[in-house]
Amino acid sequence: MKHQVIVVGGGLAGLRAAVESAMLGADTAVLSLLYPVRSHSGAAQGGVNAALANMPECKDDSPAKHAYDTVKGSDFLADQDCAEILTSDAPKRIYELEHWGVPFSRTPEGRIAQRPFGGAGYPRTCYAADKTGLYILHTLNEQAVKHGIKVYNEWAALSLASDGALNHGLVALNLQTGEIASFGADAVIIATGGAGRIFKRTSNAMQSTGYTLGMAYRAGVPLKDMEFVQFHPTTIIGTNILMTEGARGEGGYLVNNQGERFMSKYAPKAMELAPRDIVSRSIQIEINEGRGFPDGGGCMHLDLRHLGREKILERLPGIRDLAISFLGIDCIEKPVPIQPGQHFIMGGIDTDKDGATILPGLFAAGECAAVSVHGANRLGGNSLLECVVMGQRAGAAAGNFVKGKSSAIKDAVLNDAVKKTSAEVDALLKSDGKERLVTLRDEMAQTMTDKIGIFREEKPMREALATIRELSARFRNIGVDAKNRKFNLDLLRTIELGGMLDAAETIAAGALARKESRGAHSRLDFKTRDDVNWMKHTLAHFTADGARLEYESVVQTKWQPEERKY
Amino acid sequence: MTDSIKLTIYRRDPDLDTKPKYQTYEIESQPGLTVLMALYHLLENMDKTIAFRASCRSAVCGSCGMHINGQNRLACETQLAPLGNEILIEPLPHLPVLKDLVVDMTSFWNKYEKVRPYLIAMKNPPEKERLQSPEQRKRIDEFIDCILCACCHSTCTLDAWSNDYLGPAALAKAYRFVADSRDEGGVERLKIVASEEGVFRCHTIFNCTEECPKKISPTFAIQEMKKKVLVAKFSGKM
Repeated sequence: MKHQVIVVGGGLAGLRAAVESAMLGADTAVLSLLYPVRSHSGAAQGGVNAALANMPECKDDSPAKHAYDTVKGSDFLADQDCAEILTSDAPKRIYELEHWGVPFSRTPEGRIAQRPFGGAGYPRTCYAADKTGLYILHTLNEQAVKHGIKVYNEWAALSLASDGALNHGLVALNLQTGEIASFGADAVIIATGGAGRIFKRTSNAMQSTGYTLGMAYRAGVPLKDMEFVQFHPTTIIGTNILMTEGARGEGGYLVNNQGERFMSKYAPKAMELAPRDIVSRSIQIEINEGRGFPDGGGCMHLDLRHLGREKILERLPGIRDLAISFLGIDCIEKPVPIQPGQHFIMGGIDTDKDGATILPGLFAAGECAAVSVHGANRLGGNSLLECVVMGQRAGAAAGNFVKGKSSAIKDAVLNDAVKKTSAEVDALLKSDGKERLVTLRDEMAQTMTDKIGIFREEKPMREALATIRELSARFRNIGVDAKNRKFNLDLLRTIELGGMLDAAETIAAGALARKESRGAHSRLDFKTRDDVNWMKHTLAHFTADGARLEYESVVQTKWQPEERKY
Repeated sequence: MTDSIKLTIYRRDPDLDTKPKYQTYEIESQPGLTVLMALYHLLENMDKTIAFRASCRSAVCGSCGMHINGQNRLACETQLAPLGNEILIEPLPHLPVLKDLVVDMTSFWNKYEKVRPYLIAMKNPPEKERLQSPEQRKRIDEFIDCILCACCHSTCTLDAWSNDYLGPAALAKAYRFVADSRDEGGVERLKIVASEEGVFRCHTIFNCTEECPKKISPTFAIQEMKKKVLVAKFSGKM
């Protein structure tokens, strides 16, 4: 199978990239582990930021103010030129989504409705009730159908076919048949989303493993800023299913066991709408100091009762249903017990502002990529935005990369890649290795949650890095029990674990090395931000002995670092 | 408080088995345990060969539609406890089985694609958003919530008998655009839904409406489109 452009992943970034590349006339296909509408973009709830100035309270909003909020939210680690691109492209990308049919909620005048979100100076988050991601995902899938884009459904990408100088395509596993095949492509765009399952407590889908980060990493592309992991303040206890920030945007309270709105101590002005890193830390401090509720190993209450039935049913029907289904609690009548959970990785495959990696022919976009627009902490409502803005840019860059050129795909490189990867999978199926998926995976996830969590310090991080390296060594002696080829979940999940361990190691190594607190990286032994030594991006390069870290300076355009007060 | 529960699961690989086997596993129930998490428990601890689809585990991705104790549901949001001590889990009915609980969705997606499932706009869009009043937006509220899980498709008796009948999911999707004030597909889309395999084959049995995990009524959508088709025909537009 050959195409000019193959997009790996059918979520928001992947579909947006594919539509752009197809509109430019490139023969474009999507290869996805899930049917595209199953992607985890669909679980995004609260909305997508763009300075549309549609509400009476945000008449003076502008892309520049959105960029400033993004840079400040990032704790001055975002590349400021990229943040400006993100926010200046935002309005046209949102209008385009509306033109394609996204059913945004509306103002009385019929304009796209906007709500307040954390860390934003104005109500800037365009929303469609609390199911914004679902509606955008389905709309983009509809556009992919309209453009006749070929989709390889339920194929798992396994490796890239690169000769070191150029990427020629990839190798993938067809879950439905068990077949392993090569896909030639002059441009490959990785858009595989998040990596939450590396952690125990996560809002992410079962399939948000991030294993493809390992695929790019092993092909020589560095992973950037991996130590910056976002913990969302409000996930349901136990399952860690998301309760949108929109709940607080609509006026919801966070309350401790003393009945206090404790955010007054940590962010007196912004209160519950401080950025996520700050709210998650505040919740964790309250729990650690004994002001939490005992449920779920410690939690706070998200209290929406004062919003009233009508507003909850109109603006937040989705999270109401979730709390009823998974906790038996109706938020109209009772507060919802919540706790922070891993939600997003700010880091990812290192790309430039057009999604290009250092490997020609390889692009990345969306959560799996790091441009970087989020720096050390992403603002709520900026991830869907990143998907559509960077998806479009990467799709355009890939489409232009292949335009008017005769294909440079070398069959020999593809054949070698498929032979090597098939042999690895065969060996895994035949292995009599004693290690097993569940043991290694649980230990990885528990270690990451316990030791590379909201608060970090030297000793536990050192232990975590050692544990991850030991698990990687044990992974070489892993066997699978299910030997069949077709829809072999044991095999797929084992393959995924390999990539997850690679990514986990870069998170642990990056976090241990960074001796400061910035954004979501909060160290008890280095409590302040250190702009002199650490206002720089981490680049983790794969070596056989573990991650080799390099650093790269942050691009500054307009804004000098300042203290973040909210 | 734990309770022992018997989960009986449909097992079949059509390449190897001419008939399905029903395999029973015994697990300890816990408060809050869902059918999906019970399946993961089996996969990880008791039988690594079981195949099923899942992803979001929060009732939004539509992967895990299954036939649970005789009803199509999403495994992820179905609590084990109210189902009793013996639970039967089968794949969505009337669809070819690929393996165990994984069905072949090809016919489902083909039908979806047939209704031109995207906003059709004839005129160039304005520079900013098209205006739509909150009341106009409210008309599609129910139908934009469809997650394409195929629970309705696989419970519809008509859909089961006919490869061609567009079925409740595709027709509800068509209605999502027919009822959208911004869509200009008008008569063109109505012609698709008015075809021999369209809305007039619905017998209003309401199976789809009863089994939709998102409480959407494809039956309502279908009847509304019948009215629109008739109006278009009587007024000479079709």
